[in-house]
Amino acid sequence: MKNSEKWNEFSGSLWREEVNVRDFIQNNYTPYDGDESFLAGPTEATQKLYDKLQKLQKEERAKGGVLECDTEIVSSITSHKPGYIDESLKDLEKVVGLQTDKPLKRAFMPFGGIKMAEEAASLYGYTPNPEFHKIFTEYHKTHNQGVYDAYTPEMRLARKAHIITGLPDTYGRGRIVGDYRRVALYGIDNLIAEKQKDFNNIGDGTMTDDVIRLREEVADQIKALKAMKVMAASYGFDISQPATNAREAFQWLYFGYLAAIKTQNGAAMSVGRISTFLDIYIQKDLEKGVLTESEAQELVDHMVMKFRMVKFARITSYNELFSGDPVWATLEVAGMGQDGRSMVTKNDFRFLHTLENMGPSPEPNLTVLYTKRLPEAFRKYSAHISITTSSIQYENDDVMRPVWSDDYSICCCVSATQTGKEMQFFGARANLAKALLYAINGGKDEGLIPGTQVGPEYAPITSEYLNYDEVMHKYLLQLDWLAGLYVNILNLIHYMHDKYYYEAAELALIDTDVKRTFATGIAGFSHVVDSLSAIKYAKVKVVRDEATGLASDFVIEGDFPRYGNDDDRADKIAVDLLKTFIDMVKKHHTYRNAEPTTSILTITSNVVYGKATGALPDGRKAKAPFAPGANPAYGAEQNGLLASLNSVAKLPYTWALDGISNTQTINPSALGHDAQERVNNLVSVMDGYFAQGAHHLNVNVFGTEKLIDAMEHPEKEEYQNFTIRVSGYAVKFIDLTREQQLDVISRTCHAKL
Amino acid sequence: MLSHVHAMQNYKGYVNSLETFGLVDGPGVRFVVFLQGCFMRCKYCHNPETWKLQEDCQEYDAQTLFNKAYRYRTYWGDHCEKGGITVSGGEPLLQMDFLIEFFTLCKQKGVSTTIDTAGQPFNRDPEWLAKFDKLLSLTDYIMLDLKAFNKDLHKKVTGWENDNILDMAKYVSDKGVKLWIRHVLVPGLTDQEDELVNMREFISTLKTVERVEILPYHTLGLVKWMNLNIYYPLQDTPTPTEEEVERAKKLIGAFVK
Repeated sequence: MKNSEKWNEFSGSLWREEVNVRDFIQNNYTPYDGDESFLAGPTEATQKLYDKLQKLQKEERAKGGVLECDTEIVSSITSHKPGYIDESLKDLEKVVGLQTDKPLKRAFMPFGGIKMAEEAASLYGYTPNPEFHKIFTEYHKTHNQGVYDAYTPEMRLARKAHIITGLPDTYGRGRIVGDYRRVALYGIDNLIAEKQKDFNNIGDGTMTDDVIRLREEVADQIKALKAMKVMAASYGFDISQPATNAREAFQWLYFGYLAAIKTQNGAAMSVGRISTFLDIYIQKDLEKGVLTESEAQELVDHMVMKFRMVKFARITSYNELFSGDPVWATLEVAGMGQDGRSMVTKNDFRFLHTLENMGPSPEPNLTVLYTKRLPEAFRKYSAHISITTSSIQYENDDVMRPVWSDDYSICCCVSATQTGKEMQFFGARANLAKALLYAINGGKDEGLIPGTQVGPEYAPITSEYLNYDEVMHKYLLQLDWLAGLYVNILNLIHYMHDKYYYEAAELALIDTDVKRTFATGIAGFSHVVDSLSAIKYAKVKVVRDEATGLASDFVIEGDFPRYGNDDDRADKIAVDLLKTFIDMVKKHHTYRNAEPTTSILTITSNVVYGKATGALPDGRKAKAPFAPGANPAYGAEQNGLLASLNSVAKLPYTWALDGISNTQTINPSALGHDAQERVNNLVSVMDGYFAQGAHHLNVNVFGTEKLIDAMEHPEKEEYQNFTIRVSGYAVKFIDLTREQQLDVISRTCHAKL
Repeated sequence: MLSHVHAMQNYKGYVNSLETFGLVDGPGVRFVVFLQGCFMRCKYCHNPETWKLQEDCQEYDAQTLFNKAYRYRTYWGDHCEKGGITVSGGEPLLQMDFLIEFFTLCKQKGVSTTIDTAGQPFNRDPEWLAKFDKLLSLTDYIMLDLKAFNKDLHKKVTGWENDNILDMAKYVSDKGVKLWIRHVLVPGLTDQEDELVNMREFISTLKTVERVEILPYHTLGLVKWMNLNIYYPLQDTPTPTEEEVERAKKLIGAFVK
């Protein structure tokens, strides 16, 4: 690689020879084990800009959730002229760049599916230029069209019955994290030169499918890199060379991310692990005396403000699945290095501090890569931020680092990916609870399309009382069918996505020799576990509908152990279920030989999945929401929060490498007598949970009363930014549907008498 | 003299319920065992289901219960004062034989122990006292819930007088075991100025008090009375306001060491 004089002040050599940001970080970062007392408040510029943004967000909410939709421009990296939070304040913006020419204006993004793009605009009263309809139906195919051309009838039916749902077949698949740091460290010209080298080395001249496809993809990546330079130039920046100071580093990096969100409307558009990297530039500037702490915080605040503004136009069914307009601009702090040093820098404090400077916010999805070995002051500061804002999540660095090394990012809600080395084929989730009913009903649907043969037509169970062995036998048959169908639906979707909606901008910032994971997921987990436990340890009688013969309800006689009480009898069923499913998934061929993984993670889709599913043998009524993620079922927990955490902690992370999400709410008065005690106690909880190998924890600290009041009085000023963690992300509570608000309220709130 | 190694008799513990996540029941994060059985009939009791002796409860031997609790040791922390195990109730001092065995196991593993008691069973009978001494030697904290200071008021609130309870406070203090003193503030019942001031004076004579707390009366236990079909005597009693709680804290001299 061409050496740059701009690198003279940095240490290390490997990163100069190849694109290797990790090596640069490890050689140059400054660990910080002090406390938060150095932090600076918001500058006047930050306050002015954020006031303006809050006004815009208020207007947006008043207009039903969308401020404005673009109808005339198909979004691309260079499609829009520069945009600012406020023209008159643009000199105050230390980090510039918007998705369109105006703040919160949603771009028109038809490549995932023209129907979806049109429907999203019309939902908010906008009519896209009719020319686009013609172009994207007659002249250019979309991802969505490709998928539907190839779907089998069986696949369409499974989708309709919601035994598999949330599939990325109408919009961007997301979950690909470009290594946006590369733009700052190397500058675009170096990156183009490296990609050109890769391009020249693809294949030996024999034009197989693989070789042709990769050559085309890398060619597209190079075009995207060139477009990034043009976009940056329109804002007055030349990003062809490496960044030379902190402000440039922030700006260069953000332009990389901006290219991604201008071209892709993935469900998750993560930012990645940027905090420690950026601290290196800040630290240099602080040492040179050209930057103050207040200016450093301002850079962080302004960048985070941009992450709070990322928006996509969505359709109703999408909003029902993923409520509150999330984009999963996930951003990580902390974690440990392979050499045993903590990767906490002052910048990790600064990113968390944005929640104090600019108030709570769901985006960016701030994630602390946690281990007990992080400096105590940082663990306490994180706990303090959780208690005061309920806006951050925790993931166990000690279980992820051995798998993904020490430079992984979180590419969605909770899923790890090696930054710049991997991409993920996002796969939504399969409804394992419904599959259990298919086992009992012989593959016939009981929910949205009752009586329709969706699963294989195996003999239904006809006995009055359920027999565990019989149920398990039939369940495994249905699960095996489901896993196979699921993998193949995903194979088809990702083939088409690569073909019609390739993420050139993000993959331009990832190694050409990219490793792929294949992220399946599970919904209804705890209900299946409890149902099987009820069948095994109590007596479960089937109530059958006279007309259809389908099981319509279940009567449980006697007690049974439930998942969520640290009772090995139930928890073992949980562990076995996970292993069974991932093993079934692994049997199948995956597109581009991606590595199959799975998750127990539902986001807010637990409500939609529940709605499509009949009564279950654990006592859950038809249409009732599922417990989210890997959470125990509502009301199942009898021994308090830690028993519940211990049950979840038993699920081996290595069998669910895409993540095991757990969301818990703690009443502040039950967490300790005073602020200091609450911080100490919360740190103890997280130390204890993660020490057992658990993967993830969303921490909410508030009482049910606050939720109820916020639901009844969403207009109150205090609730405008009231943020809560739900499975896998954070959301402004007042942006949830009433149904979801009620669901959140009804979940166990851990407050002991 | 009692041997320091207590021979296991496998006494049964009568347990009403377990709470793995107790954060206001002694220092740090604590595993709380609610034992069954209490003779007091406090008008505001929030655990009336624990009144009856050896009924509607689970039986545990000390080792099984300890094994269950010890699963939570990773949560008990080492970055601040360590959490551990608290026994509450019901009235734990009604099951001292069991507690001695249970706490012996705790101490073998260095686990912090707390007893949350109202002191009603305390008496100077030598046999009883010998057991209590043994138990105290295995106990890090006594959380003593002083229901009232005035004898008649105590009787009104709980059905029992409190000479022996005040005596117990002195006894524990003299033994050098750390005390947390708590008082439930019920408007119109346990909030009189002279009561709180007298309590403060009494507490000031104790040598090992680390905390004095006001616990504001709450109505979360009411539903349990209804479920048990017991008439709830405080039907119309309001919960104290923040100002009333602050006033009471001042009068009783609430503090945290």
